[in-house]
Amino acid sequence: MERDDLIRLRQARDRMDRAFAEPLDVPALARDALMSVGHFQRSFKEAFGETPHAHLMTRRVERAAALLRNTDHSVTDVCMAVGCTSLGSLSARFTELMGETPSAYRARSHEELRGIPGCIAKQITRPVRVTPKRSLSEKRA
Amino acid sequence: MTTPTAVSTLSVANVFVFTDDHEKSLAFYRDTLGFTVATDVSNGGFRWCTLKTPTQPELEIVLQNTGIYPGMSEADQAAMADLLAKGMLGALIFGTDDVDGVFERVAASGAEVLQEPADQFYGVRDCAFRDPAGNMIRFKKDLAGSPDTTGWTDHAASADN
Repeated sequence: MERDDLIRLRQARDRMDRAFAEPLDVPALARDALMSVGHFQRSFKEAFGETPHAHLMTRRVERAAALLRNTDHSVTDVCMAVGCTSLGSLSARFTELMGETPSAYRARSHEELRGIPGCIAKQITRPVRVTPKRSLSEKRA
Repeated sequence: MTTPTAVSTLSVANVFVFTDDHEKSLAFYRDTLGFTVATDVSNGGFRWCTLKTPTQPELEIVLQNTGIYPGMSEADQAAMADLLAKGMLGALIFGTDDVDGVFERVAASGAEVLQEPADQFYGVRDCAFRDPAGNMIRFKKDLAGSPDTTGWTDHAASADN
């Protein structure tokens, strides 16, 4: 992939991260990245390891986890706050990525994260899908 | 009272920020952020360019070009350049007395905004941009006192201590 494409994909991802609570508009992101929708989807996945939609859901789960750790808002309110329209789909994705339901996650103490800058805490607690991925070098061969 | 030892005088002297274009990065750190160029010399294709903040005369920020790194293979240089383009090659957090003022100035320079100023759970007010090379740059000010926990559930109090 050209380095300029990587830069445009990074900018698309940054835009998604800023507006994570808003609906995903892949055609608009692809247009800004100077790619067709299909090419944008494939290139995004190659560069970042997950599709735009999967990345957005990961970001929303990450944000939901922070709200569950730091506030008293109900799980339903947290779901709305991160832009999900369905409590069921957020809970399912949350459980898939975090290994426990939002309620169970809230019930645990998170003492070990006190005092760590949020940007680092987000990286440490970032949900990771536990399925093997093909390495990029295999794809390029 | 412990006697001074060799390591008790240690301080951070250099931090490295990667770049693919020295001039663009200088426009950001020297012109927009107002840092001072301490050293800017070349030897062949290798450029050693460092800047200092107004408040830390002993600390030099080194602008390191990913493309020309002595002793590094072309494949590794390309890998670093790709990671830099994706914004994954490091970050800097700066402290400031005026997060909103810094935000206005840096945003006005046309830098890519990652996050508008916001008070954070982790006890700071901060904002974030990308520098011209793609590195994440955050500006933060510690919030006075402890985070307000009114209306919050204290999980530590309810857990076994």
